[in-house]
Amino acid sequence: MRVNGTDEKLDVEPWVSLLDALRERLGVTGPKKGCDQGACGACTVLADGVRINACLALAVQYADKEITTIEGVTPHPLQEAFVRHDGFQCGYCTSGQICSAIGMLNEAEDPAALTDAEIRERMSGNLCRCGAYNGIVEAIKEVAR
Amino acid sequence: MRPFAYVKPADVAEAVQAVATEPGAKFLGGGTNLVDLMREGIERPHTVVDVTGLPLDEVHELPGGGLRIGALVRNSVLAAHPRVRTSYPVLSQAILAGASAQLRNMATVGGNLLQRTRCPYFYDLAAACNKREPGAGCDAIGGFTRSHAILGVSDSCIATHPSDMCVALAALDAVVEVRSVRGTRRIPLVDFHVLPGDTPHVETTLAADELITAVELPPSPAPSRYRKVRDRASYAFALVSVAAALEVRDGTVAAVRLALGGVAPKPWRAREAERLLLGGPATEEAFRQAADAELAPATARPGNAFKSGLARATITATLRELIIEGEAA
Repeated sequence: MRVNGTDEKLDVEPWVSLLDALRERLGVTGPKKGCDQGACGACTVLADGVRINACLALAVQYADKEITTIEGVTPHPLQEAFVRHDGFQCGYCTSGQICSAIGMLNEAEDPAALTDAEIRERMSGNLCRCGAYNGIVEAIKEVAR
Repeated sequence: MRPFAYVKPADVAEAVQAVATEPGAKFLGGGTNLVDLMREGIERPHTVVDVTGLPLDEVHELPGGGLRIGALVRNSVLAAHPRVRTSYPVLSQAILAGASAQLRNMATVGGNLLQRTRCPYFYDLAAACNKREPGAGCDAIGGFTRSHAILGVSDSCIATHPSDMCVALAALDAVVEVRSVRGTRRIPLVDFHVLPGDTPHVETTLAADELITAVELPPSPAPSRYRKVRDRASYAFALVSVAAALEVRDGTVAAVRLALGGVAPKPWRAREAERLLLGGPATEEAFRQAADAELAPATARPGNAFKSGLARATITATLRELIIEGEAA
């Protein structure tokens, strides 16, 4: 598996999730284990540029993919924008939020034209228990434009 | 998660052979439902046959105007497909109304058809559930039923089918193509899922060794749309949803297709409402009467009695929107 630009050789059992492989085997702890059932989005990573929930992915299914986590995109304009707009409080969901936002901006035909409502809908797979959504939307909007 | 053997077949023939010789084996697509159920201990396959490498991930035009959708096309890819967006908007809208972007990027069409109910008693290993453990009883009946079904239910099970996409496919007269070592079979989507009766653990007419290979759509119907009502604005299962296609000529309903989600154990094609609407006036009053007739057999419980009224209002609103859309076109 290629993780953040580096080829990694991994010997994992088939029932190990991509999230556990990243965190426990490779020490890549940016993706967080929030719910471990695909409900919160804290584990969001990019697989060949497409955002996915690493907790519902078996690592073996992604053996030939390029995995990118928050560690692999740093420094990113979204990180600065999240700071500028108070897009977090505790920060636990932030690495997933930013990876998701990167994937989202790739998916959108015209990111600059996204309305607040569209950004909220497209980001609904990432929960923030601190409720920093207003700042998150502002940060994403700024980078999209 | 319980250990299992992992097999990655090179082609469809090898995939169906792998499950034919391994009773208790399961096909794995995007994993968004199966991996979760395995982690919870609800699904316990001893062998997992990963089909995501098979060449079933393309959308083809069919001669005569239909569409053939490979079983491994990701939900997000199908929703964004230009032909789906223009000719089958109800399908694109239904897919985008379900789950989150991350899940839609992973989930496959075949897996969507086979996803299991989100009934909380099904998920709770401490609760009685006839679907999870035949004969155990049903704690949902007499329990918290806000998310549960009112049509097609039995004394054994009142769980809903969770899919949005399948509701649109039911309205579109989709056909499911399946393959096994015995050959290829085609099943109309409306006959693919079955009502619970006294065997709620049986959810489809698919045999254990059959692999879904494609879903085919006949040529697109009249203007169509999907409307979903849920407890929050996004990323929640339907309380009630409506997939509809409507063609009106001179104030008369010339063609109509109607399917409901969130109210039944399977994607619910509203045949009675369609029968009443066809050839009649395209008025709000007629829409309401047709909806009432469809919902007349409903078995409501205190927690979900609101669904009849909600379904009636949602059916009426969706048909009204289609009339407005038709007039604008």
